[in-house]
Amino acid sequence: MNTAVLSVRDLVVEIPTRNGVLRPVDQVSYDIAPGEILGVVGESGAGKSMTGNAVIGLLDPPARITGGEIHVSGQRIDNLPREALRRLRGRKIGMIFQDPLTSLNPLLTVGEQLTETIREHLDVSESEALNRAVAALDEVGIPAARQRIGSYPFEFSGGMRQRVVIALALCAEPELVIADEPTTALDVSVQAQIVALLKRLCRDRGVAVMLVTHDMGVIAEAADRVAVMYAGRLAEIGPVRDVVSHPTHPYTAGLMASTPLASLGHNRLRQIPGAMPRLEALPDGCAFHPRCAYAEDTCRAEPGPSIETCGGRAACWFPLSHDEQEGAA
Amino acid sequence: MLAYIIRRVAQSVLVLLVVGLVAFSMFRFVGDPVDNMLGQERTQADIERLRVELGLDQPFPVQYGKFLGQAVQGNFGLSYRQGRPVADILLERAPATLELAAVSGLMAMIGGIGLGVFTAIRRRGLGANIVMTSSLVGVSLPTFLIGILLIYVFSVELNWLPSFGRGEVVRLGGWTTGFLTESGLKALILPSITLGLYQMTLIMRLVRTEMLEVLRQDYIRFARARGLRERSVNFRHALKNTMVPVITVTGLQLGSIIAFAIITETVFQWPGVGLLFINAIQFVDIPVMAAYLMLISVMFVAINLIVDLLYFAIDPRLRLDRGTGAKA
Repeated sequence: MNTAVLSVRDLVVEIPTRNGVLRPVDQVSYDIAPGEILGVVGESGAGKSMTGNAVIGLLDPPARITGGEIHVSGQRIDNLPREALRRLRGRKIGMIFQDPLTSLNPLLTVGEQLTETIREHLDVSESEALNRAVAALDEVGIPAARQRIGSYPFEFSGGMRQRVVIALALCAEPELVIADEPTTALDVSVQAQIVALLKRLCRDRGVAVMLVTHDMGVIAEAADRVAVMYAGRLAEIGPVRDVVSHPTHPYTAGLMASTPLASLGHNRLRQIPGAMPRLEALPDGCAFHPRCAYAEDTCRAEPGPSIETCGGRAACWFPLSHDEQEGAA
Repeated sequence: MLAYIIRRVAQSVLVLLVVGLVAFSMFRFVGDPVDNMLGQERTQADIERLRVELGLDQPFPVQYGKFLGQAVQGNFGLSYRQGRPVADILLERAPATLELAAVSGLMAMIGGIGLGVFTAIRRRGLGANIVMTSSLVGVSLPTFLIGILLIYVFSVELNWLPSFGRGEVVRLGGWTTGFLTESGLKALILPSITLGLYQMTLIMRLVRTEMLEVLRQDYIRFARARGLRERSVNFRHALKNTMVPVITVTGLQLGSIIAFAIITETVFQWPGVGLLFINAIQFVDIPVMAAYLMLISVMFVAINLIVDLLYFAIDPRLRLDRGTGAKA
């Protein structure tokens, strides 16, 4: 745990509403090691982005952390005062947003946005900050970086803008990067480039990356380990290869079966029956039980216990053994 | 961009021509100025002679053409009432109105933007709520009532500030200014508040709405995620992005500050062009009225033009002819 860049323990995020308290993130725990990419997958509203926002301290009120701990490089950060947390953002934790078209301020040049971020966190002169800004653009693969430094965001294409966003997130040399759906808004051909770029930066700099996405293809391509979230809870976490080929939680199995893979030809995709419950109407016990083919009374009464899988953990009463895989979901 | 400016100037000229026509033709039907200018003891011959003298016997298009031709040379004819060149009268009165408009415009802009940002950033705070509630007063109370209330409190009851006039003025060339004497400055306070309050609350509410909208944008979230200071996020990133709509409305409001100075000038007997206009209406002094309307429309058009040019200064996306490739 101490070697991990990010260590989340029993994180709970709650939103008080008129009709009671919602829990978009419930008892979530995971670690990310230096140079490791942890993919976080799940349906919309499963709590993926909310977890990322909680880590970087940008939850929109009234949502707030009500339980658990977050450690970055051994320092506990979930209880820091606002000002201290602000200084960590950008410096220790960088964040990449989904839509590069709206993530950049349209009225400031990319150079202005880079240098202001660099000078906010690092004690360098204006000219040194400019040099670093050029180097940052260069590193993310913007051609003729020195000439483009004075360009406005609208003068870049979507893929190039996402590279600028990545440069901005990394320019103050954070140890952890939270990438929230970084490829979702991009063309498929550009997606692969951005994923490759993230992988390279992660390897070269030893940055830990939390890659939030609902695209299993991106996870399979980029991530070392994957965490599957369902209705605010961690359903399963483990090395990508193991989770993809031998899912333990029935939800993971359903998710994998419903992912189109070019190599599998044109077979009809399976789907998980039903929909994820809304946060206001979570069922008792394991939140997945109404959609689960294996559910029994225990599942309806108590959430699944944390069990060891090969290389990871899953939260299930009746985990799938490997010979059951074919019948899953 | 040059082509754009030329096109805008051409449009402005067209607008001015139309305003001139409307103003001029309206006054044809306001009443016969000759009745007022001659006393009770007039003969038909007197009336005819004056009509010819003023050019009122000629057909309408000819009169309009003459009016325009003279107007572009700054000659608006003689005032029917005072018998002096209208241009001289206007120039004499203009400093009073322009100083009043400048002070209240500045007040409205600084106060409006400042309070707008404040109420947007602290939108749940007590202070912001107090400001928002009291701004309803500024929006809903009519200008003359605010003026009269201010006079009652500060002039009649407290006896701190003068209730009418401009105080002592200093003559600087052709310009008279109230900025250089204590009584001149004191006399400016109440009229500028009266004139600027409505504009200030309007700008404040607009800035607040725009700020709240911009603060929801992804790039603000991203600026926060990079650990920038709140001050930088609010002013460098957010405020600048609210400026385009704010400048549009503020520009129009500055125009209407000059136009609506009529009411304030009447309440405070401020010796500016607005008061001149009101008196001109009473005497059907058409040259003064027409010149005043032209002056106001020139100001509106000029402000609009400046506003359009300011867009270019603020938003780089409009400066498309910079020649850089849009796609990398």
